[in-house]
Amino acid sequence: MASPDPSPPALQGLAGIAVDHLTVGYNGRPAVVDVTLELQAGSICGLVGMNGAGKTTLFKVLMGFLKPSSGSIRIAGWSLRQAQRRQLVAYVPQSEQVDWQFPIRVWDVVMMGRYGAMGPLRWPSDDDRRRVQNALERVDLWPLRERQIGALSGGQRKRAFLARALAQGAGVLLLDEPFSGVDINTERLIIDLLIALRDQGATVLIATHDLESIPSFCDRVVLINRTVLAYGDTSEVFTQANLLRTFSAAPSPSAPS
Amino acid sequence: METLLNPLLQPLIQPLEMLFMQRALAIGVVVAVVCAVLSCFMTLKGWALMGDAVSHAVLPGVVIAYALGLPFALGAFVFGVGSVGVIGGIKQHTRVKEDTVIGLVFTGFFALGLVLISKIRSSVDLTHILFGNLLGITDADLVQTVVISVGCLLVLLLWRRDLLLFCFDPSHARTIGLNTGVLHYLLLTLVSLAAVAGLQTVGIILVVAMLVTPGATAYLLTDRFDRMTWLAVLSAVSATVLGIYASYWLDASTAGCIVVVQTLQFLLVMVWAPRHGLLAQRAARRSPGSGVQG
Repeated sequence: MASPDPSPPALQGLAGIAVDHLTVGYNGRPAVVDVTLELQAGSICGLVGMNGAGKTTLFKVLMGFLKPSSGSIRIAGWSLRQAQRRQLVAYVPQSEQVDWQFPIRVWDVVMMGRYGAMGPLRWPSDDDRRRVQNALERVDLWPLRERQIGALSGGQRKRAFLARALAQGAGVLLLDEPFSGVDINTERLIIDLLIALRDQGATVLIATHDLESIPSFCDRVVLINRTVLAYGDTSEVFTQANLLRTFSAAPSPSAPS
Repeated sequence: METLLNPLLQPLIQPLEMLFMQRALAIGVVVAVVCAVLSCFMTLKGWALMGDAVSHAVLPGVVIAYALGLPFALGAFVFGVGSVGVIGGIKQHTRVKEDTVIGLVFTGFFALGLVLISKIRSSVDLTHILFGNLLGITDADLVQTVVISVGCLLVLLLWRRDLLLFCFDPSHARTIGLNTGVLHYLLLTLVSLAAVAGLQTVGIILVVAMLVTPGATAYLLTDRFDRMTWLAVLSAVSATVLGIYASYWLDASTAGCIVVVQTLQFLLVMVWAPRHGLLAQRAARRSPGSGVQG
């Protein structure tokens, strides 16, 4: 095998996220109300809130699975669909959402990150293979590339899906609970990678319960409970008082019973 | 030498001297291949119930197409995909749970098909549609089934990567700009068409076995999708050939024989599969550390 390319491959454009007065609901009941956010390219933003505060809903909208009832999302100035077609958005799922018994190897999963850039029949080019190799090496999974995904440890599983996002080369990364069930080494590796991506100009949005790690790598923080309670630089927003408000506040009146 | 082998080979060769057996084997194998490949996606997507629903719901479409002299595939497509649309619509607008809606809709469609058959009174033989008529297949049916099967197989092979991604991680498919709605309906269309092809061999009631069992058997044997596909094809083809011979020797229902052989294959694999079989799993539990832990 060829030695890895020393410089990581370029990201697809520099893409910020602009969420403007977004309201989303299920069956007419609003789950997220009037959210306005502006995430600059080259920043890591932590998304913090209780279960049911709307983190998952917000992710679903950012992935195009839920249509907003009002408001809009722009990514690097594009509509969501346009941004997705340009491979600007990558998603790292929660472990619970993945079928780990699926008969698929680590290599195949990471290669799926390249599908959007391939022709309709998804024949990988040499460049695709190089990027997959590079991504696997960056997350220390190259020796395990032939493994079926269920034969990986919790931390390795997370890294496999992170490698898929790396192979895609997207400028916007959405990570849903990337630190749940991972060991301290993997957490460190993931954080270092995210910082490296940010320095390349990526926009990273992380939904996480792991409050302790947030100040160590998040530039900005969004505290939500159905709407944005506070948003800004971590040093200003990530305060005891604000967290108390986020995690003790009774659900807003518009919440479904 | 010849005299020695003759008594052994005679039961295998003698049926082949008859045209209807040659045709039955040929068409049975073609249908087995396409259903087996599709069954890999069905089992991985968890769509067994959906496959059952769609294959039953195509019945009125087939009957109407027959009455109007249109290709079966057209009627099957309209009613197969239509039934899924109806299921989705009812689920979305009422409080009834999905499995209830599926059960309700496909039996409704199926019943409508039965009524149509009894009223139309054409040369369509109800038992042939319900249980297959592999040993009495007509030229027209043969051509239609081969065209449908080859078409489905080509689509499955060409778009297998997108379909596999759709089964594995629709969120990612969506995020990289693929149209998951199109993939969803592509898979449903393939199920509807495969149901029509399977109708010729095992009939509409048992076709779901062709669409589920080979994939399930293969799934227990390997952790690689390409091998799973080959094993499913091998399992379905061998079950079809064995089933057709068994039905000839025993003078028993062809569809019944094929599906019984398939089910036996699954049971054997379930117990004796190298890693995912019951015995292997029990052995792995007795000596922890020998297997790969997740």
